Amino acid sequence: MTTNQWTQIGFFFVLLLLLVKPLGWYMARVYEHKPFFLGKWFGWLERLVYKICGVRPEEEMDWKGYALAMLIFNVVGGLILYAIERLQNHLPLNPAGQSAVPPDLAMNTAISFITNTNWQNYGGESTMSYFTQMAGLAVHNFLSAASGMATLAAFIRGFARKETKLLGNFWVDMTRTTLYILMPICVAIALALISRGIPQTFSNYPSATLVQPTSYDQPVTNAQGTPVTVDGKPQVTHVAVTEQSLAVGPVASQIAIKQFGTNGGGFYNANSANPYENPDPLTDLIEMLALLVVGFALCYTFGVMVGDKRQGWAVLFAMLLLLVPMVFLCVHSEQAGNPLLNHLTVGKEGASLNDGNMEGKEVRFGIVNSGLWATITTGTSCGAVNSMHDSFTPLGGFVPLWMLMLGEVAPGGVGSGLYVMIIFAIVAVFVAGLMVGRTPEYLGKKIQSYEMKMASLVILIPPMAILALTAIGVVTDAGRAGVSNPGAHGFSEILYAFTSQVANNGSAFAGLNGNTPFYNLMGSVAMWFGRFWLAIPCLAIAGSLARKKIVPQSSGTLPTHTVLFIIMLVSTVLIVGALTFFPALALGPIVEHLKMIHF
Amino acid sequence: MADHTKARKLFETEITRKAVIESFKKLTPGHMIKNPVMFTVYVGSILTTGLWIQALAGKGEAAPGFIFAVSLWLWFTVLFANFAEAMAEGRGKAQADTLRKSRQEVKAKKLAKPDKNAKATEVLSGDLRKGDVVLVEAGDFIPADGEVVVGVAMVDESAITGESAPVVRESGGDRSAVTGGTRVISDWLVVQVSSNPGESFLDRMISMVEGAKRQKTPNEIALNILLAALTIVFLVVCATLLPFSIFSVFVSGSGQVVTVTVLVALFVCLAPTTIGGLLSAIGIAGMDRMIQANVIAMSGRAVEAAGDVDVLLLDKTGTITLGNRQATELIPASGVDVKDLAEAAQLSSLSDETPEGRSIVVLAKEKYGLRGHDIQDLKATFVPFTAQTRMSGVDIGKRAIRKGAAEAIEKYVKEEGGKYPEDVRTGVEAISRRGGTPLVVAEGKKVLGVIHLKDIVKGGIQERFAELRRMGIKTVMITGDNPLTAAAIAAEAGVDDFLAQATPEAKLKLIRESQAGGRLVAMAGDGTNDAPALAQADVAVAMNTGTQAAKEAGNMVDLDSNPTKLIEVVKIGKQLLMTRGSLTTFSIANDVAKYFAIIPAAFALTYPELNALNIMRLATPQSAILSAVIFNAVIIVFLVPLALKGVQYRPASASRLLRDNFIIYGLGGIIVPFVGIKAIDLILVALGLVK
Amino acid sequence: MLKETLIQLRLSFLFVIVFTVITGLVYPGVVTLLGQVLFPRQSNGSLIVVDGKTVGSELIGQPFDDAKYFWSRPSATSPYAYNAANSGGSNSGPTNPDFIKTVQGRIDALKKADPEMADAPVPMDLVTASGSGLDPHISPAAAEYQVARVAKARGLDPAKVRELVAQNTQGRWLGFIGDPGVNVLKLNLALDALGTSK
Repeated sequence: MTTNQWTQIGFFFVLLLLLVKPLGWYMARVYEHKPFFLGKWFGWLERLVYKICGVRPEEEMDWKGYALAMLIFNVVGGLILYAIERLQNHLPLNPAGQSAVPPDLAMNTAISFITNTNWQNYGGESTMSYFTQMAGLAVHNFLSAASGMATLAAFIRGFARKETKLLGNFWVDMTRTTLYILMPICVAIALALISRGIPQTFSNYPSATLVQPTSYDQPVTNAQGTPVTVDGKPQVTHVAVTEQSLAVGPVASQIAIKQFGTNGGGFYNANSANPYENPDPLTDLIEMLALLVVGFALCYTFGVMVGDKRQGWAVLFAMLLLLVPMVFLCVHSEQAGNPLLNHLTVGKEGASLNDGNMEGKEVRFGIVNSGLWATITTGTSCGAVNSMHDSFTPLGGFVPLWMLMLGEVAPGGVGSGLYVMIIFAIVAVFVAGLMVGRTPEYLGKKIQSYEMKMASLVILIPPMAILALTAIGVVTDAGRAGVSNPGAHGFSEILYAFTSQVANNGSAFAGLNGNTPFYNLMGSVAMWFGRFWLAIPCLAIAGSLARKKIVPQSSGTLPTHTVLFIIMLVSTVLIVGALTFFPALALGPIVEHLKMIHF
Repeated sequence: MADHTKARKLFETEITRKAVIESFKKLTPGHMIKNPVMFTVYVGSILTTGLWIQALAGKGEAAPGFIFAVSLWLWFTVLFANFAEAMAEGRGKAQADTLRKSRQEVKAKKLAKPDKNAKATEVLSGDLRKGDVVLVEAGDFIPADGEVVVGVAMVDESAITGESAPVVRESGGDRSAVTGGTRVISDWLVVQVSSNPGESFLDRMISMVEGAKRQKTPNEIALNILLAALTIVFLVVCATLLPFSIFSVFVSGSGQVVTVTVLVALFVCLAPTTIGGLLSAIGIAGMDRMIQANVIAMSGRAVEAAGDVDVLLLDKTGTITLGNRQATELIPASGVDVKDLAEAAQLSSLSDETPEGRSIVVLAKEKYGLRGHDIQDLKATFVPFTAQTRMSGVDIGKRAIRKGAAEAIEKYVKEEGGKYPEDVRTGVEAISRRGGTPLVVAEGKKVLGVIHLKDIVKGGIQERFAELRRMGIKTVMITGDNPLTAAAIAAEAGVDDFLAQATPEAKLKLIRESQAGGRLVAMAGDGTNDAPALAQADVAVAMNTGTQAAKEAGNMVDLDSNPTKLIEVVKIGKQLLMTRGSLTTFSIANDVAKYFAIIPAAFALTYPELNALNIMRLATPQSAILSAVIFNAVIIVFLVPLALKGVQYRPASASRLLRDNFIIYGLGGIIVPFVGIKAIDLILVALGLVK
Repeated sequence: MLKETLIQLRLSFLFVIVFTVITGLVYPGVVTLLGQVLFPRQSNGSLIVVDGKTVGSELIGQPFDDAKYFWSRPSATSPYAYNAANSGGSNSGPTNPDFIKTVQGRIDALKKADPEMADAPVPMDLVTASGSGLDPHISPAAAEYQVARVAKARGLDPAKVRELVAQNTQGRWLGFIGDPGVNVLKLNLALDALGTSK
């Protein structure tokens, strides 16, 4: 790695940390219902929403009520989205005449968007009408993020409050998150992105005349659509291309929320690698900050809300410890490059340009911003990509896969990452508490068998789902059919697909062809479990904790803001991840790496 | 009979022998299912045995020798875990047997009514019911737990307490409870039986130590959930490895699919068998340690709660201070020679047999060189203390010497026509402020001066409180003294807080307030008026010498009746949790090395490149897998002593303890198996057991 | 519970509708309005217009394989390279033998186009497909690799070509963020604008 690469990574994290406190403070004001300027300006809108929907904002819910509202809302949102997709050919704003989305794909897409995963088994341009994109998918970029953050707010209240059943009002948290946090900041981000060249228009694709016309061979097919062969050779026709159709659209507004809400569903197929989504190093920096900042800032919000900011910083540093070394591993591996290619590009004198692995990467971002992005986009549940993970070197590709396997906690999706991280903290506290001879406490709340039961579920479900679904994927013909690369890499593709969907990330080893009934169905299961089967036990824990007293601190209490505890927390996350996935990783990226270096 | 107070040797031959037999007897599914982690190993053992038989029949998935070796060691794993449990139970049983010897059926003299001279019928102790009244005379065993209704006697309680000196038991007051199985050695008692057969104190003790009624404690349940979850995860990890292996063979076009034997071996190595196998032994051993400290816990929950205590309520008298005050200083009134005061003080105390009185005589002798007088020679008349006069003294001829509380003497002197000097008044106040008790001495109408009686704080008590503070426990002294006195003593003893002029209601209120603030409260008590507070406290240690009411309200009984025992109780509670936590960490940390042993071995044929992960350089795939399995089994036996003795506990802050245990059991847990597995591999190769 | 569920169902339905209006219509509408007013050129795709004819976008690459043009990076878009309506990468795994063969083919093509460079090391970005398939840039090294060929094909002084390369190089932001890249379309347009193409 070069000095410049170190500097870029360092600069990025410094910027990020500078943003944590102001944003974290602001979000705490929103969730604690303390006054702030936007509340004054848009209070009328908030009250209007309540009035139209019939929300009684002063009525708080217990954990079951909160979970019920959250679930029903997501089910209803998902069904409406499904209906829109299925009926888009009868709905307005369909100039391209897209037909109805097939049922399996429609279901996968609906679940994908309500779970904040934004796994895309479709090409946006060729499948979805404008109406579906705007009134369906784009809306859930906001609402799924808000749903995660609202759940977190309720979860934190479980720690902050004592001897109560109430965790807040789901509808109020949703509304305030969307109106005061997500939308205003996204408008600002979108404008910054437009200024650097990201399109924002409703007009048609402009067409450009190619400077040098090109051509391609198109296979000839018969009426049934099967390729025609003559003497065993496929017949082709030569097609000349002289025009380049430039796909523009209302891009910037969607990119802002897809990053800021850690959704990751791009406007274009190539996501943030597409120059129209991410034209230069500055937009890249903005987009990276946007996708990471909420996750980290929420740690600060957490600290403020539980009345001890050190607790928030401790969790934040634990997340950094999980994340930053992986950035270096990824950038280092990509910079070291692919020996199989490197020996091809070497000149006569034996000199090599040592460019690192550039397959699937953009020149303007280079190795460092590709590796950095890949790590943070999987550290969060964003899943937007600015380079193709499938083409990373085995160890470089291991990094995003590993970040997903850790359970999306560094810092994870907006809201969902922190509540899962706190579950890990609860487990760490439990083991640590036993080691110091005391019934474990976290933030003054005693951790007992009910909390452990729920925490075990949270830790148990993702690996079980990932491994079981991958197992099904690798032994069935339908699963194997999707694989695009041979050998151990094919295994990694299937493993990555299910890991990403359970983790609600949405990035992929995109060589895998996921738009088949098998992957659409399995993926839906993965995403659904990964989201709600974690959120519900988390809310249950919050409900149980809220009812408890807060035990005062003493020197017999295990402090949870110290370096020692941070190490303990990081170890817990790492050891759970490593012990669960080591065999799978050994058969995927690890063996591929060993084969590659011994070619 | 006092032998159970000594710490038992860790591996007594007899207990060990029985434990070995027991570990085979425990191999029934009905027993195994109680421990989910070990049950999975049990199933694995049966499965591999089946595979071995299949291999013998010539249709095996691997060489029969290899499957046999794996299967054998899996059985050992199960047996070792059973052995650990049996050892702990055996030690408990041995304890119980000792106790049981004292519970022979004895003949009891049942009285028709609570009167020594009432008509007595001979019945067997087993037939006595709650409420029956019995007469126990010198030489008799007390047939059942009960309350003394009439009489005073010396009772030998060594069977229960191990303390050979007999104790006084009398009706009324705080020394009225007697325990079945103890023996009256002088005089007689009329006892009202307070428990039905099988419910007596001794019975409860026996069933507790035998573990028959052992319920899982809250932390144990929570830990079990975590362990079960981990076990399920590893089950899925290993089960899915089969399809993964099928796929890998398919895409690499070489090697063979991993065998079920290897997968079972991997699973058993990964599952938290070390802690799973030792968990119940740790719990039983914790109880056992309590009993060795001469404390009987009524439930495992109470032992565990002891580790969580935040606030400790201690009675001043007898716990923090010696039971008695001692004279330390004589302050004469102006114009009075200190020698005169000393003489008067001494004379007035000659017949005063209270410890305070004796200490005045000693002080006069040691500090002022006054020889003792014989009260007979002086022809003196002793004037005893009465509640009305609130003073005592002596009349020698015309000399009337009195000593007593300041107000009482003031009243007395004024009645005699004298006057109460101002400097005595200030002296009295000064002593009160320093936490002492002033006694004013007067002769006739003349006030001679003040005796300073001081509460003597027990030696070493300050260090103990400092220890408690390091453990994060707040100490509160309970006393009937006025706040001034209480504050002075609290400061001297180094307690964190005090409750002065404590009434039973005030104690109860203090406990409730602490609990409302989320704190766990421990207290020791003996009197009937302690009962409400004991019932309210989370950890309540009743003194064995205390009343039946107190014993029933508490959840532990200290047979030594030593209130500072609370500190031991807290330590034992913490030790119990720490042992569980540390071994859990150790068990999980072990998995890292096992992966490095087994994964390269399991896929040696499919992906020879994975041998790069064989960082221990184990000889062959078979030896790697076998070494891991053997290590996994043997480590249980190696840790049995630790499980039984418990992890060492020193009073220190939570952070320090965590750091130390994290390094020892976490880091150690990662390193030890690397060394162990490599060593076993070398031995296997040296013995020529693997190719 | 049932009643509660029904209430929440109705509420959910209304909530989705309300927020569809707010986030699905109002939000993109406001952003579009602001974007079109404040940054009209960028909002519409940063198009390059030469003689009234749109020849491309300065952000989107185009395919070149003529010796007189600087070649862009390989593109894996389908059905033809640099299809701006269907961006995407090859998703070839690093150890995929087909992928290695493809790269070898590209190296051979480069060397064939300029035999003089046959012994020089080949810049990696010039033989690997970009993530988007629309990468407008090549690395300065990749440009340098092609300077001699382009200069020869156009009969230009290589120094002149280098000058144009430098003019069309987008540096790092603030001097250290990102990697420098040469905008191939703009560079080739600049070359064409010299009017010396044969």
